[in-house]
Amino acid sequence: MDQASLLQYLITGLTVGATYGLTALGFTIIFNTTGIINFAQGEFVMLGGMMSVFFMRALGLPEPLAIVLAVAGTTLIGALVERLAIRPVRDCPAINLVIITIGVSILIRGAAMLLWGKDTFALPAFSGAAPVAFFGAALMPQTLWVLAISLLILAGLKMFFSRSIHGKAMLACSFDPKAAALVGIGVDRMVLLSFMISALVGAVGGAILAPITLTSFDVGVMLGLKGFAACILGGLGNPFGAAAGGLILGVLESLGAGLISSAYKDALAFVILLALLFVRPSGLFGQKDGKRV
Amino acid sequence: MKMARAAAIVLALFTFLGCSKESDSFKIGAVLSVTGPASFLGEPEKNTLLMLQDELNAKGGVEGRKVQIVIYDDESDVNKCVMAAKKLIENDKVAVVIGPSISGNTLAIAKFFAPAKIPLVSCSAAEKIVKPVDPWVFNTPQLDRHAVGKILMDAKKKGYAKLAILTVSDGFGQAGRAVLQELIPAQGLALVADEVFGPKDTDMSAQLTKIKGAAPDAIICWGTNPGPAVVARNRAQLGITTPLYMSHGVASKKFIELAGVSAEGLILPAGRLVAVSQVPDGNPQKALLTKYVADYTKKFGTAPSTFGGHAYDALMLVTEAVKMGKSFKPQDIRDNLEKIKAMPGTAGVYTMTPENHNGLDESAFVMVTIEKGEWKVVD
Repeated sequence: MDQASLLQYLITGLTVGATYGLTALGFTIIFNTTGIINFAQGEFVMLGGMMSVFFMRALGLPEPLAIVLAVAGTTLIGALVERLAIRPVRDCPAINLVIITIGVSILIRGAAMLLWGKDTFALPAFSGAAPVAFFGAALMPQTLWVLAISLLILAGLKMFFSRSIHGKAMLACSFDPKAAALVGIGVDRMVLLSFMISALVGAVGGAILAPITLTSFDVGVMLGLKGFAACILGGLGNPFGAAAGGLILGVLESLGAGLISSAYKDALAFVILLALLFVRPSGLFGQKDGKRV
Repeated sequence: MKMARAAAIVLALFTFLGCSKESDSFKIGAVLSVTGPASFLGEPEKNTLLMLQDELNAKGGVEGRKVQIVIYDDESDVNKCVMAAKKLIENDKVAVVIGPSISGNTLAIAKFFAPAKIPLVSCSAAEKIVKPVDPWVFNTPQLDRHAVGKILMDAKKKGYAKLAILTVSDGFGQAGRAVLQELIPAQGLALVADEVFGPKDTDMSAQLTKIKGAAPDAIICWGTNPGPAVVARNRAQLGITTPLYMSHGVASKKFIELAGVSAEGLILPAGRLVAVSQVPDGNPQKALLTKYVADYTKKFGTAPSTFGGHAYDALMLVTEAVKMGKSFKPQDIRDNLEKIKAMPGTAGVYTMTPENHNGLDESAFVMVTIEKGEWKVVD
């Protein structure tokens, strides 16, 4: 095993891992406000990519504008999901809401299939497709975009949740909605906001990843699953943990495929995930907090 | 007595009427995946059959009878396919069945046809459908074996000795992988790397890096979109210059669109349908391919895919068998299907025998490369 190959596996793993991490971040935001897992998160990622493609091709808009519109559109859909599917039944137990999000994901996927068909689409890379040589391994400019934007989003979210009054209010809602309402927090507004932010994060992810991973109406299924696994790995509720969990999962898969066997790479990643959860049930960066489990 | 006589006459009359009613049309059944995940196969197949039905009937039908095709949609679902097949056999009493679109569905219903004594001409490609031979079951697409054979002929000609394979972990990829694992050593070549990717994977750099380490002379990738497009992109990104062969599973414009510039210079076996204009004039398939492409494009506004061609071939084989025997009896159609010799179709030139119910060989494929976003026939 030479070093260049090893480095290549790492770069590949980090790129793929960033996709998982961005999806995981979306899960975290909604979980932190409402305590529910939104299984339509993968669909937000899909919408970001597919709408960018749609705005670029059907309306002939330049790529940056198409992406901004796609992100705005997905954020709006996130708000609609909360208003139409979650708010009317918000007093139900969390498990019912989780099931509703699964229904929403199926609906969004079906609508996307009818609107845009079953084909796969590609988005052009932001700054050329020529790889940069990096200690013998090939590095795509788009990978740098993905990693940089992911870091930016992560830092932004961290600031938002720990510094801003809205972020703290959202956290308060997750701990105890009733108490949060008593101190004057508009719980409904916070829940709406959390859906919008997580749709926005998902859509940004979908748009910046589409040049690397291609996009189609059903990419959300796999991303949702892997993103959720990344969340669990990093510790549910911790944005930093979610992003790190995604990267670790990606690197594990890539190393598994490269060093052991590509046929078992998914199985391998999940076996390690299981083993880790046996040792640390709250995830790598989760607090040892009985309430959350 | 009088009553009985009258009844007999009426009965005879009815029987006669019934007979003449039946002889009005030549009833063909079809079960296709018009909707669902495999609709990319079933939809062009259905379009093709309906188009050909109109065309045949405008010319007075087959051997004096109008062609009537009863099409059921199995929604890409194996249970619905079984039900549709039973309905065609028992209720519709068709003389022959065309389809299904997917190999899994074909294998699920194939066993019904020998007891019913009705021939089945499948539009799906799995080798298991015709090997071992079931006397009542035929298929029209080129087999994986032919595609692999064509690739290996090209590889040997270019002097490649060490080959790596990269296959998708679905039905298509694993069937191809089995044939590759069998034929590469059989041709005296070395298989130096055998990697797999998932149908929904978005990055195959790890597999390609590993393959690069094994230093093969050429890589063969087996899959359907979008996986192979990602492989092509990753290969370009990693700066790998080892020649890359693709399977016939990506012989569509969509692949070139997805892979973009990374598709340049890739080589794959493809049916002549994708590059009709480059087929030499003397080729027996040229005229019918040109006409099929023109008619289909005019009627449906988009160029036909090879999949529509599989239904075209199935129907043409059946009508040819009817013409040979001048008989609409299922038994005669079956017998004559086996006797078809050198009949050009969209996929290739068919020569059936009692041992060979597919009828095609390596010559059904041409090797094409991708040049400036267009197919170019190289062999």
